[in-house]
Amino acid sequence: MWLIDSSIGRKFIMSITGVFLVLFLLFHSLMNFTVIISPEAYNAICEFLGANWYALVGTSVLAAGFVIHILYALYLTAQNMRARGKERYAVSKNQKSVEWASQNMLILGAIVLGFLVLHLYNFWYKMQFAELTGIHTGQFHPADGAAYVADLFSSPVYCVIYIVWLVALWLHLTHGVWSALQSLGLNNKTWLPRVKVISNIVSTIVILLFVSIPVYYLLGCGSGC
Amino acid sequence: MEKTINVTLKVWRQAGPKAKGAFELYKLDNVSTDSSFLEMLDVLNEKLIKERKEPIVFDHDCREGICGMCSLYINGHPHGKDGETTTCQLHMRRFSDGETIVVEPWRSAAFPVIKDLMVDRSAYDKIIQAGGYVSVNTGGVPDGNAIPISKIKADEAMDAASCIGCGACAAACKNGSAMLFLAAKVSQLALLPQGRVEASARAKAMVAKMDELGFGNCTNTGACEAECPKAISISHIARLNREFLCAKFQD
Ligand code: HEM
Ligand code: SF4
Ligand code: FES
Repeated sequence: MWLIDSSIGRKFIMSITGVFLVLFLLFHSLMNFTVIISPEAYNAICEFLGANWYALVGTSVLAAGFVIHILYALYLTAQNMRARGKERYAVSKNQKSVEWASQNMLILGAIVLGFLVLHLYNFWYKMQFAELTGIHTGQFHPADGAAYVADLFSSPVYCVIYIVWLVALWLHLTHGVWSALQSLGLNNKTWLPRVKVISNIVSTIVILLFVSIPVYYLLGCGSGC
Repeated sequence: MEKTINVTLKVWRQAGPKAKGAFELYKLDNVSTDSSFLEMLDVLNEKLIKERKEPIVFDHDCREGICGMCSLYINGHPHGKDGETTTCQLHMRRFSDGETIVVEPWRSAAFPVIKDLMVDRSAYDKIIQAGGYVSVNTGGVPDGNAIPISKIKADEAMDAASCIGCGACAAACKNGSAMLFLAAKVSQLALLPQGRVEASARAKAMVAKMDELGFGNCTNTGACEAECPKAISISHIARLNREFLCAKFQD
């Protein structure tokens, strides 16, 4: 099967799942941003995306996207380390044009994954999971997302943790978005610099939308200002 | 006036493919700054021979930047720190007096060391053999301008064709990937009408060979382009991806 056996096939899967995750993040960040504008509207979305078939199908597809992306990331990285060989350079330097993020995608991904587990515990476990199983895992109503957000971010430690997480994700995306387009062959000499700019803009928009929420609560605006 | 410098060389010595290698230090005085890096190594080797020691083995041929035989990882960069320069075109004026210069072979699983600084780069030849050509019937030579080709395409193909197959791309890549080389060799033909005929089969065969030989997966770090002595652009890699994916989806 060429999607597993060939290097470009593997990169194809990596980039498709990556783009899918980016699109999800774009949706997720827009949805979260509403909590600042109107907690009621945000709760309405939480209600809508509770334990019903379409939200569950969405969640399963999303989880599959993550699992495939991560499995391929591990497989690709293992192969790449083997290809580099046992004997390493004593001195090896990068030219300036080589982005740091591009050489540390697995580390950045691992950081993202680590915090993701925490994030699922903070929200998903108390919301969709609670609704699904009927077990009351959190102190608020499962669809009262706004209350969970306000509660979590009333702790400055959590605000900082989430901001660190988002910085790692931002670095992953600044390289990831243009890299995915390049892997899909949607690039040429004229578009190469443009695609890199697009990549920076997309990842910055997504991250700013997300970051605005802990920052909003950190500045004390959540309790009425 | 000729200027001279004194340098210390830290050179990788390895008796054979299976032997364990190690760095060895050599002091070389009065090196002319007008000499090339390889001429400097020649002087060192003459000195070693006079001292009845084994000379250092390294690859070279044309010494004018066109054949792709020279290699060497110098102070952490393939072909040295300068951009768009092969080792044979690198001059000693780029180094300072008293400097210690670290010289290593290409290190990549697909490029095993033969001896000292010489590595086996026949993997690249095998990739070319897998499809990096246009099959022709022998016969009369066709007219030069019988097939119209736009200037833009001709230039782009010519840029790709400037790849000398030196292997610096895979040597520089943290993933040991040969994608820049492959992209150049696929692009130089895929851009031209004569090469289009076999384009899909070529992309598939060459990529399959590259994977079989144990090169890594490209993660678009761009280290290859930055170190390539011929400044081959990674936009050719996008073309290779496109050619390969289109060929696979057509099957
Ligand atoms: C929200 C989460 C994530 C998003 C949006 C995302 C997105 C992307 C994108 C767009 C790419 C570029 C694909 C390409 O070059 O073709 C990529 C590459 C990569 N990702 Fe992620 N990713 C995420 C999470 C993760 C996680 C959790 C890991 C690992 C544990 C990971 C590891 C990697 C690695 C190693 C690469 C480079 C692989 C390569 O280029 O061959 N990612 N990611
Ligand atoms: S692409 Fe550049 S670095 Fe790679 S083999 Fe060709 S000339 Fe050498
Ligand atoms: S010896 Fe021919 S390119 Fe350097």
